[in-house]
Amino acid sequence: MSRTDIAPLLQVSSLNAWYGESHVLHGAMFDVQAGEVVTLIGRNGAGKTTTLKSILGAVPRRQGSVRFEGGETVHMHSDRIARLGIAWCPEERAIFSSLNVEENLMLPPVVRPGGLSVEAIYGLFPNLRERRRSQGTKLSGGEQQMLAIGRILRTGARLLLLDEPTEGLAPVIVEQIGSTIAELKQKGFTILLVEQNLRFAASVADRHYVMERGRVVDMIPNDQLEANAARVKTYLGV
Amino acid sequence: MTEVFGVPLPALLGQLLVGLVNGAFYAMLSLGLAVIFGLLNIINFSHGAQYMLGAVFTWMLLDRQQVSYWWALILAPMGVAAIAAVVERTMLSRLYLLDHLYGLLLTFGLALMIQGLFTNFFGSSGLPYVLPSEFSGSFDLGFMRLPRYRAWVVMASLLVCTATVLAIERTKLGSYLRAATENPLVVRAFGINVPRMITLTYAFGAGLAALAGVMAAPIYQVSPLMGTDLIIVVFAVVVVGGMGSIVGAIVTGYGLGVVEALTKVYYPEASNTVIFVIMAVVLLIKPAGLFGKER
Repeated sequence: MSRTDIAPLLQVSSLNAWYGESHVLHGAMFDVQAGEVVTLIGRNGAGKTTTLKSILGAVPRRQGSVRFEGGETVHMHSDRIARLGIAWCPEERAIFSSLNVEENLMLPPVVRPGGLSVEAIYGLFPNLRERRRSQGTKLSGGEQQMLAIGRILRTGARLLLLDEPTEGLAPVIVEQIGSTIAELKQKGFTILLVEQNLRFAASVADRHYVMERGRVVDMIPNDQLEANAARVKTYLGV
Repeated sequence: MTEVFGVPLPALLGQLLVGLVNGAFYAMLSLGLAVIFGLLNIINFSHGAQYMLGAVFTWMLLDRQQVSYWWALILAPMGVAAIAAVVERTMLSRLYLLDHLYGLLLTFGLALMIQGLFTNFFGSSGLPYVLPSEFSGSFDLGFMRLPRYRAWVVMASLLVCTATVLAIERTKLGSYLRAATENPLVVRAFGINVPRMITLTYAFGAGLAALAGVMAAPIYQVSPLMGTDLIIVVFAVVVVGGMGSIVGAIVTGYGLGVVEALTKVYYPEASNTVIFVIMAVVLLIKPAGLFGKER
């Protein structure tokens, strides 16, 4: 199947975004095919998180084109976009302290059939089942991350936007999240991932888009990552 | 006759009952304010006017349409809630991204307009509302007499407050509300219609104030200005209880009503100001309020 035959699940072009006066995205352009795991990599401040938020409509002002399943979404409010089948795991996790773990898990409404059942999610993350009645924010960092990922799996959303899911986590947990993402990909989910941890990104992704100062400047297929290591190093400033 | 610190027991209990009844109104009104402030981050200065509208609508329903108190308990809050929903949609919602102050000014201005309008039609002296016959008389408890209507007010308000807390703390809709209070952006990005929830919450708060107004009609004077003095006390209650805490608002409401009554018995000169003195003390010691969390 040639990639060019099928329309991408997500097609972003000429995406500009502002926070007040600050112009943060300058015409970002990339696409994601259904069933792919794609990462946005780049330095801090490159605009990766803003890109995810702009796809969802969670920025004060945006302009350009964000096509999901062929339909233009750039003018829609974020609740409508979410209901089309896009789910978000924010960088700060956003676990609600006034809700217990189970309430946090059940909060995002089901938008499409085919999401994981609560049982299946507890199967993926048994720790969450044990701490069901605990206050959401009393969980450890790793458990909160699992909760943040787990709760969007119930919604049935086909496109998952994950913002730094491994940040600040122990290597054991990072591995667990890696295998979870691999499992999700097997199940047909499409994932757009923002990651600073290049090794982790390489372990799960099909392609990498490099962002720099609000623009997408390069695309590197995962199997060519090692061959281009020097170039990537310059982009990431390491 | 037993005396407690020089006051005969029946007199003391009678005054405590009055305090409990006042506390019931403080509790219901501060609950509505706390719920609105929690989600909308708006200090609803129209709350007293919404309370007044509840009472005046009740009076109008009886006077013009011979509609009974029982129907008014449902119709008046619904009417006030509907008006509040329109106000929120058309005016209040434009102010959320701005400074606190604008919401305060808008709701204050609306309160003045509503009160002025109704003073124009009804004058500022009271409108008589006849106590429904079901409530005449009182229960004889031996150590005191308990007027039927006052017993009803205390029980009904406890029921309403408890139901509201249970709805917020235990139901799915309540979890949406609690989450949106913390982080409305993320909740909306999950697909929940947060603006609509905000409208309904504001309408609910206003309806709660109006319900208090309906219950006030038979015992307090129904007048277009009845909300103005009461709302100042209610703000003090909310400050003492803590703006973010709904349980705090309820407990503080009843508590301060009782404290006010006790002051009236033992040191009547201070009864008008004791709540404000307590507010000043609480602000000095624990500014977030007795049950409040730092915002």
